[in-house]
Amino acid sequence: MSKVLVVVETDGNAIKSASLPGITAGAQLAQQGGGELHLLVVGAGVGDAANAIGQAGYGAAGVHVADHADLAPFTTEAWTDVVVGAAKALGATALGGTATSTLRDVIPRAAALLDAPLASEVTAVTGSNAFRREMSAGRAVADFTASGSVVCFTARASDFEPATPADAAPVAAVDAGTPNKRGAEVVSIEKTQSARPALTEANVVVAGGRGMGSGENFKPLEELTDLLGGALGASRAATDAGMVPADLQVGQTGKVVAPNLYFAVAISGAIQHLAGMKGSKTIVAINKDPEAPIFQVADYGLVAKWEDTLPQLIEAVKAKKG
Amino acid sequence: MKILVTVKRIPDPDASVKFANGAVDTSSAKWVPNEFDQYAVETALRLAEDAKSKKRHAEIVVCSVCPAAQRQHITTFLAMGADRGVVVDADDTALDSQAVAKLIAGVFKKEGADLLVCGKLSQDTEGNEVGQRVAGLLDLPIASFAGGVTWDQDGKAMVVSREVDDGVETKKVPLPSVITCDLRVVLPQSVKNGVTPDDYTYNEGPRLASLRGITMAKRKKVEQLKPADLDVEAGSAISNTGVNPPPARAAGQIVESVEQLVEKLATEAKVL
Ligand SMILES: Cc1cc2nc3c(=O)[nH]c(=O)nc-3n(C[C@H](O)[C@H](O)[C@H](O)COP(=O)(O)OP(=O)(O)OC[C@H]3O[C@@H](n4cnc5c(N)ncnc54)[C@H](O)[C@@H]3O)c2cc1C
Ligand SMILES: Nc1ncnc2c1ncn2[C@@H]1O[C@H](COP(=O)(O)O)[C@@H](O)[C@H]1O
Repeated sequence: MSKVLVVVETDGNAIKSASLPGITAGAQLAQQGGGELHLLVVGAGVGDAANAIGQAGYGAAGVHVADHADLAPFTTEAWTDVVVGAAKALGATALGGTATSTLRDVIPRAAALLDAPLASEVTAVTGSNAFRREMSAGRAVADFTASGSVVCFTARASDFEPATPADAAPVAAVDAGTPNKRGAEVVSIEKTQSARPALTEANVVVAGGRGMGSGENFKPLEELTDLLGGALGASRAATDAGMVPADLQVGQTGKVVAPNLYFAVAISGAIQHLAGMKGSKTIVAINKDPEAPIFQVADYGLVAKWEDTLPQLIEAVKAKKG
Repeated sequence: MKILVTVKRIPDPDASVKFANGAVDTSSAKWVPNEFDQYAVETALRLAEDAKSKKRHAEIVVCSVCPAAQRQHITTFLAMGADRGVVVDADDTALDSQAVAKLIAGVFKKEGADLLVCGKLSQDTEGNEVGQRVAGLLDLPIASFAGGVTWDQDGKAMVVSREVDDGVETKKVPLPSVITCDLRVVLPQSVKNGVTPDDYTYNEGPRLASLRGITMAKRKKVEQLKPADLDVEAGSAISNTGVNPPPARAAGQIVESVEQLVEKLATEAKVL
């Protein structure tokens, strides 16, 4: 029987919402294999969070807790030790979670130690060991199988619904061994402060590119973002130029988003940018160049300068919202 | 100090992807260096050199797993300034990431290197896993997704700013260790080595090979190994059952004005 172990991250006393799509992928994998879903909570002082996760259950047969002082702040060295320890102790046949920056660090290292294949950033689960994923900046879609006594996976957040609470699941400590940071040390963590929804979870994303010219010029984009209750995004050119923080980058190497509504303003539409947003339901492009490739994926294109259109757009949206 | 840098060949990412019989057809592909590995070599060069005097205080070895006959990308990196190459002769397109990682770990041990610098991602297969796997196999600490690197020569450690989901994390890893390079590691002031003045400004992006570099590259040594030399049985636990182009998006429309756009978003797309 298959036993799918999904690693979940916590934020203070609760599960991080970013972990929920990975649980859904794990549940699908368990269902395809006629097996059980188990959750692994990792951290220091995560007892309360684990209990809350147990209460919500999410369809899991059990919630396992690896709690140790050396597991916070996060280091992949220490986390991987207990993730591998737990996978072995529980006899997991599959191991994974959402493709967050944390698990994209941990799961490949765990896969190496388990001598296991990794189905990386999958967009669909199609069998008990079969998946779908994108390659070459979204220009190829691969269906594939991964075989081994343990199979690892990370799931792309934008392609799986967040898991929802179900029956409560039993919570217990797992004997996952002692973590070792191997001399690594977290010196500081600078979080990007924002009252806006997370880029990967927002219903609306308003993104700006190099054509915005400066960080100061992002002001009207931010106003539009907040009017729509959305998240701000950017192209690599805009983030590299320091107009906005790097973690707002959308694309092959940034965040992959699939909101209901995506605005691409002064973004040319390079293939690496498209890889991160072409799954959006409705795409609006505003660009002064009628030949810009972004128009090829846009549902609605407006050939104009942002300076001329954004003020009008903000007023029109305000009027619409009453 | 010896820095090992992993470098992969990929089909030209600016050319369209060709498909045949439910697979990507690379038979006529032009193979080029993976962009992230250009960043990795640039990072290694910035760590190894005094940008003012051009003196080197570390050796840079580039390593690729690829068919020996298709190692042009190694020559490119030697021309950029790497000192030597190691090619593990195997068809990388038939290997999974665990096999590639085992081979690279084998080369790292054989070389007795102090630092492994990898790209973050293969632009073609997009695994984002080889660096992390090698660190695991060698039981070494790792700083993945590096946007900035400072070599703490006294502390024998690398201090790395890592691009994570909600900001930037600074992590210190003692040598020997592994770094994987993200995009912003090649901005003008992202790498500091304690020798080049901290306020030195590099050109953005990986450096181009000079004419002299290209001539010199031909004389640099490239060692050729087989997987068996490293005691690795190279195969794949991943098997593609079909690779296809993505479904096309339905054609969109050009609107004439902001009023029209807002109207259509409200009534047609129903997203406002
Ligand atoms: C390995 C690799 C990975 C990459 N990953 C990513 C990624 O994850 N995400 C990403 O975005 N990019 C990525 N890139 C970069 C990508 O190739 C492009 O260089 C980048 O997306 C360009 O950003 P841009 O569209 O803002 O800038 P540009 O291509 O310079 O486009 C600017 C646009 O603004 C328009 N414009 C200018 N002024 C105005 C105005 N006043 N009003 C309206 N429009 C105006 C112009 O017509 C132009 O179309 C990656 C590249 C590489 C090599
Ligand atoms: N065949 C290979 N030869 C050398 N290095 C590789 C190879 N495959 C992957 N790498 C390295 O691992 C990094 C991450 O690749 P991947 O995990 O495939 O996305 C790349 O940027 C390279 O530095």
